[in-house]
Amino acid sequence: MPSTPITNLATDAEQRSRRDARHDAWFRTLLKCCALLVLATLLGAALSTLWGGREVLFKDGFHFLTSDSWNPVTDDYGALAPIFGTLVTSLIALVLAVPVSFGIALFLTEIAPNWLRGPVATAIELLASIPSIIYGMWGLFVFVPFMASIEPALSDTLGKLPLVGNLFQGPPMGLGLLTAGIVLAVMILPFICSVMREVFQTVPTRLKESSYALGSTTWEVVWDIVLPYTRSAVIGGIFLGLGRALGETMAVTFVLGNAYDLSGSLLMPGTSISSSIANEFNEAVGTHRSALIALGFLLFVVTFIVLLIARLMLRRLSRKEGN
Amino acid sequence: MTASSVYLRRRIVNVVALVASACATLLGLVFLAWILWTTLKSGLGAITPHLFTRITAYADQGGLSNAIVGSLIMDVMALLICAPIGVLAGTFLAEYANRTRLGATIRFLNDILLSAPSIVLGLFVYVIVVLPMSSLTNGSVSFSGFAGSVALALIGLPVIVRTTDEMLQLVPGTLREATLSLGIPQWKMTIQVLMRAATSGIVTGVLLALARLAGETAPLLFTAFGNNFMTVHPLDKMESLPVAIYQYTNDPSPDLHAIAWAGALLITLFVLALSLLTRMLFSRHKVRYD
Repeated sequence: MPSTPITNLATDAEQRSRRDARHDAWFRTLLKCCALLVLATLLGAALSTLWGGREVLFKDGFHFLTSDSWNPVTDDYGALAPIFGTLVTSLIALVLAVPVSFGIALFLTEIAPNWLRGPVATAIELLASIPSIIYGMWGLFVFVPFMASIEPALSDTLGKLPLVGNLFQGPPMGLGLLTAGIVLAVMILPFICSVMREVFQTVPTRLKESSYALGSTTWEVVWDIVLPYTRSAVIGGIFLGLGRALGETMAVTFVLGNAYDLSGSLLMPGTSISSSIANEFNEAVGTHRSALIALGFLLFVVTFIVLLIARLMLRRLSRKEGN
Repeated sequence: MTASSVYLRRRIVNVVALVASACATLLGLVFLAWILWTTLKSGLGAITPHLFTRITAYADQGGLSNAIVGSLIMDVMALLICAPIGVLAGTFLAEYANRTRLGATIRFLNDILLSAPSIVLGLFVYVIVVLPMSSLTNGSVSFSGFAGSVALALIGLPVIVRTTDEMLQLVPGTLREATLSLGIPQWKMTIQVLMRAATSGIVTGVLLALARLAGETAPLLFTAFGNNFMTVHPLDKMESLPVAIYQYTNDPSPDLHAIAWAGALLITLFVLALSLLTRMLFSRHKVRYD
């Protein structure tokens, strides 16, 4: 009876391939659901903070955005002071971190001898893995006293300058916008630096060699060849750092001074969106809590847009590489 | 202006720029050394046996044992949540949606989630886990170690998705063709061949995620809250090292500052050891596939 086993085999194989196809479909669906969770997290974070802050955002959203009062007693909340603090500290951080990161990236890609590159790059990247609470502690216990000791000198020198002088006038407390900005700068430096280093390495060697052959100095090669070639990715890296700085909580909470002021001086204490939330959330009830969640929503929207720009800029370079 | 003076000026600009860039590097290293030195010096002096045996309820006579246990529990639970989801999501991106629009979108948004502010993720978990649990149980369960782990899991998730995605893409295509030509279904190939080939890369991703979430403070403040007593129950309020450090740093007492530094040293050593370990794993891994 040779025919029976053959048909059995055929139906067996058919059944097996049908079963495999079914399992494949299940597996694919499972994976897809997991991947969609990433989307759900982002969407959920936006919607849940919007929902949690509805009481403040929808009742008088315009007042919330433009008022600088923050009064839990009268339940009158305005986000201007925290927004101001977040923007000013992040701006200081960028102004300080961008040139330093550029310098480090330049050093690591063009100047340093090969044996030095690995260890130094690792050390700079370690700065990124130190938890932010450690930055906060170090900032409060070590860096604030240090700043307090040099701030009189800052006021006497930079404070005397026309136009920008007022920025550096104030009591030498150590706490304040400038200190928070500097701590943030140290925190975001490794992120900007590693993007710059990575994209500097993608510049075709023949471009650089051609420039050297024409007699350029190292600096001219970097400034006129490397930087224009990688411009969009470098800007992307800077925005990535900005996104980090905007959302950073623990490092600024301790050194910002937690004062709802719109101060013209960088030496004065202030507050930021994230530090307001961290400081007050657990004591807040009712409208106060809603106002803090609404602040969280603002922070999320702003950082989302900044990070979106960052990633789009970074993607442009990888396209160029592909060509 | 003669040619030689132009050349001299260019040389001077060059030297100034190069010296400035070396100084920038030095500045970065100085800050690293300054922070690590402070942590080491203040932390080592404060490490006592009490640190590991007493709970935070003793305040300045106490230790951090409940915080250490709480951190361990929440970190492990967070990994148990985000590792399987992250690995599967990363596999989807690399194996099923590599060149589709959906895949590109998810990959792009995952990169954004990677640097999203952790405090907002904490608020998110507060709204979707803490509040509903509180209203379901009439307030007997509100802040909990479980909610804390969910918040930490959201921070680890994008790290694992990204590394899994990248590591699977490094697996040579011939391996896939060889397996499929044997008639092995795709799911079996993915689990038994591709994931096995990329194991060390995937483990690297999980360790990176652990290093990232172990130091997180902000999202724990309003999910796990904190607890001065020892607890291992995931639905209790739970203390963690970063939150204990945060509270002690805010306190005026120098004795509590010392304990906070000891805790800071523990976290820093743990996180730095993990990142150096992953670096080693990663470099070995690269050699195998490049």
